[in-house]
Amino acid sequence: MSSVHDWTPNNPVKENRSGLIGKPVDRYEGPLKVTGTAPYAYEVQPPSPPAYGVMVGAAIAAGRITGVDIAEAEATPGVLVVWTHLNAPPQAPRGTKAHPRSSAGSRPALESDRIFFFGQPVALVVGETLEAATAGAHRVKLTYAADTPDVDFRASLDRAVSPSGEEDIEVGDFVRGFTSSPIQVDETWETPIQNHCQMEPCASTVWFEGEKCIAHTSIQMVKPAQHGLAETLGLPRDDVHLLTRYIGGGFGGKGQTYDDLILAALAAKALGRPVKVAYTRQQMMHGTIHRPATVMQVRLGAEKDGRLNAFSMMTWTHCHREGNFTEHASNFARALYAAPNRLTGHRLVKLDLPGAGPMRAPGEASGTLALECAMDELAEKLGLDPVELRIRNEPETDPENGRPFSMRQLVRCLREGAQQFGWDRRLPTPGLVREGRWLVGMGMATAIRGNFLLPAKCSFTVDADGVITVRQGMTDIGTGTYTVLAQIAAETLGVPLGHVKVEIGDSEFPPAPGSGGQFGAATAGSAALAAGQNLRTAIAELATGDEASPLFGGRPVDVTFQDGVIAIENRSETLASLISRAAPEGLTVEGEIKPAQDAREWSQQTYGGHYCEVGVDPVTGEVRVRRMLGVFAAGRILNAKTARSQLTGGMIWGIGSALTEGNAVDTRYGSLINQDLAQYLAPVQADIGDLDAIMLDEVDDKANPMGVKGVGELGNSGAGAAVANAIYNACGVRVRDYPITPDKLLAGLIAKGL
Amino acid sequence: MRAFTYERAGDAKAAVKAAASTPGARFIAGGTNLLDLMKLEIETPAHLIDVSRLNMATIEATLDGGLRIGAATSNSTVAADPQVRARYPVLSQAIVAGGSPQLRNKASVGGNLLQRTRCAYFYDTSKPCNKRAPRTGCSALEGLNRNAAIFGATDHCIATHTSDMAVALTALGANVETLMPSGQSRTLPMLVLHRLPGETPEIETCLETGELITAVVLPPPPPGGQIYRKVRDRASYAGGLASVAVAGRQVALGMVAHKPWRASAVETALASGASPAEAIAVELEGASPLGRNDFKLPLVARLAAAAISEANGRGA
Repeated sequence: MSSVHDWTPNNPVKENRSGLIGKPVDRYEGPLKVTGTAPYAYEVQPPSPPAYGVMVGAAIAAGRITGVDIAEAEATPGVLVVWTHLNAPPQAPRGTKAHPRSSAGSRPALESDRIFFFGQPVALVVGETLEAATAGAHRVKLTYAADTPDVDFRASLDRAVSPSGEEDIEVGDFVRGFTSSPIQVDETWETPIQNHCQMEPCASTVWFEGEKCIAHTSIQMVKPAQHGLAETLGLPRDDVHLLTRYIGGGFGGKGQTYDDLILAALAAKALGRPVKVAYTRQQMMHGTIHRPATVMQVRLGAEKDGRLNAFSMMTWTHCHREGNFTEHASNFARALYAAPNRLTGHRLVKLDLPGAGPMRAPGEASGTLALECAMDELAEKLGLDPVELRIRNEPETDPENGRPFSMRQLVRCLREGAQQFGWDRRLPTPGLVREGRWLVGMGMATAIRGNFLLPAKCSFTVDADGVITVRQGMTDIGTGTYTVLAQIAAETLGVPLGHVKVEIGDSEFPPAPGSGGQFGAATAGSAALAAGQNLRTAIAELATGDEASPLFGGRPVDVTFQDGVIAIENRSETLASLISRAAPEGLTVEGEIKPAQDAREWSQQTYGGHYCEVGVDPVTGEVRVRRMLGVFAAGRILNAKTARSQLTGGMIWGIGSALTEGNAVDTRYGSLINQDLAQYLAPVQADIGDLDAIMLDEVDDKANPMGVKGVGELGNSGAGAAVANAIYNACGVRVRDYPITPDKLLAGLIAKGL
Repeated sequence: MRAFTYERAGDAKAAVKAAASTPGARFIAGGTNLLDLMKLEIETPAHLIDVSRLNMATIEATLDGGLRIGAATSNSTVAADPQVRARYPVLSQAIVAGGSPQLRNKASVGGNLLQRTRCAYFYDTSKPCNKRAPRTGCSALEGLNRNAAIFGATDHCIATHTSDMAVALTALGANVETLMPSGQSRTLPMLVLHRLPGETPEIETCLETGELITAVVLPPPPPGGQIYRKVRDRASYAGGLASVAVAGRQVALGMVAHKPWRASAVETALASGASPAEAIAVELEGASPLGRNDFKLPLVARLAAAAISEANGRGA
């Protein structure tokens, strides 16, 4: 495909004859998960009894290991092997790509005596049982020469520079536009480090069958994991069979592999038996990536009618000393509001902290916490309703580059949300609504997140029973991938859902990029649609060319597919009878999707509007979300249930960002203070009031052949800002340092004399 | 986790005898705190004595009009008990403000009293902590100590006691019944059960080695309303930033000290006619915040004044 226009002809998903597309179908793998029988990576039963590996994390943030004493660990009953950098098996040097087209290079574990971050895995203890290995791990004695860790982000802002290869983007003359604007907002927001806190920690079960490495791990993207492991072990890539069938949450944190996979493979090789290695909950906080902290300055210059003259958003953030990740918190704003004079950019400082990386709605999640509150502040200065302010700044085309929007229903989302939420009952003056001990307020914010399509393949097999098997090197990180692939297959081939099997998470299946950037369903699903269409053609040709078929002699294009029956007008037979007779071994075809070359000629985003009502206890500064509504426009919805769950899940993340989530750095040690789920406060059920998400009808023909877009990250974008704006409306206090905890809010309440 | 041996005690006397005679022995009931600590090797008992089935899980009225709650009673059972809810609502409210339903179903009354601090540095075994590893220093003192004590702390330890239930019991003037290894029982006021950190924060109660809490005894409820209010960062399953238990004119504060803090200065001031706000101000004159936890002063002042007023019918 070279053009989005090639996608415009009808296809089975668009026609949706049996109505499966969009239906709120229950999760394909739901019964397995709720009965505890879905084998997650650590629970996969290997062919022979496994050994268990437990990692030891560095107790310093920077420096060197100077002494290693593993005698007591080795002597612990049941311990099989203890490794540190001194005796770990050889691995390919970091970054090695023996195969030039590998999608990831070598990433050796226990690489050297150098410590790059607190909690870095520095030893592995393998035992007959998890308990034995854990006991041994507590007995590994390491001594260090610690350097003073360079970890104080707030004290490092003046050292931050533009990320490599990036420049600020200015349109018009921002300073002139801003200074000449009669109404101005110039404020700075801060967000803390956040952890993904997936329910399932990173874990791997690995064994060897001859030369072949069988690796079950918990990962969002199959190919880079397979390639990275092969490169590290120095194996041909085909000698690593990587599987990731069930995944207990990823959120970007499992977009890369960690030492559990490498060490399990090394130990399985060395011991000649299966080995399981998992991060503990505590180890997850430091040992895997996090969303980095940000400082964000937003400047808005407006006319008195609310139209923006000038807009700027600058983000300061941090990444690991050896890393190159940037939290692009200013990027989304480039496509959001009209303003002739615009300046956006980022500043990055490298620190001795664990790796910064992507986390659900990277960029938007942090950035909207600043910009969407700045808009609220501007609306107040203008005496304008915050919804109306956004509508007045709605651009005709992408405000930075002038490209047309593929589809933009932001204003409709905002209006629909305002109406359904009862926004007209909001009093613009803060602090006027009291219910019992609570001050009550409403806030709103815009949601926006880009839309992407990546190359992917998929295979469909129809067997003699008429059952369709979908195979794809795709992942389901809890999002509903299994389910939507089944729906697409059933709709495309005209078979009942129960006649579809979905097999994903396997490096030997046709490759797909995996789950991330909310591109999963659109990308994997478009490849599935292509495979399904190819299988329809193959089946039609088989039937019309088969003398024994009632369809013999007809035109393949006239064949219809419905309820497991293929037909040309009144001539028909079941799919099963055709295949069992004419292709008893089954029929397998592949399909693929590639991005259209002209796709980026349109500005492609998903949109939404968040509306939130909170209560603030003016005595204690406690905030409780009472109700929240999001209205979203994200292309065709494949499954109303899984999409809604994605959106409300994102909104809950926003609530957490606004109120509770954050991990502070103890700069003396370079470590994070919260190391378990009792300390790192993700929202619990009691934090979430009446929550709902509504999806507008939409089909975006520029997105992909199905017209679908992603929803996995959209719900997170802007949600926290709606909470923060509601807090202000409730009590008149703005806290620009997230999360808005009672101590911070209390200071503002006291200052206001409340 | 270190390997350990385990026994289920046949009766309370056998339990205390075994505990006193076995080095490194610890009692276990619900295990909701101890097991977590053992996994991290913060606690490394050599021997566990299970006291969860010792017939100590009854709630019965006492002759003087109070209530005797067996130490093995689950937190959920106490909170839902009709007598507790009717006559000691502050206790019921406090219990359901703590932990999660799962934890409260499993946790015992005795174990709740003996739960250990939630100070993050106590849990991070890579760092000094006088409570976890005596005489190694206090990492929290110069650290991220937003939730540290404002009363009775020392340079050796600034951790708080985080039980909600214990705050209500303290306000109610409860007593704790114990069985000592000698076979004798004794009664300890809640006020003396827990210690301030002093120079030995690893010693948290005045219980002797092997001494077992067998019951909590509530005196008849004092006249006046009762209320428990807890401030926390999230709505459930979170340790408090501060709490207050009010039973008539008896007041206790939580998460402000190494022990549940009976606000005796408040009570004295109220008795001499001070307003709730004036009374709590007197108590807070004795507070020593550390910087990051300064907010606890206004928070406790406002929270306590509101709760005392509400309990005594003066509105929030």
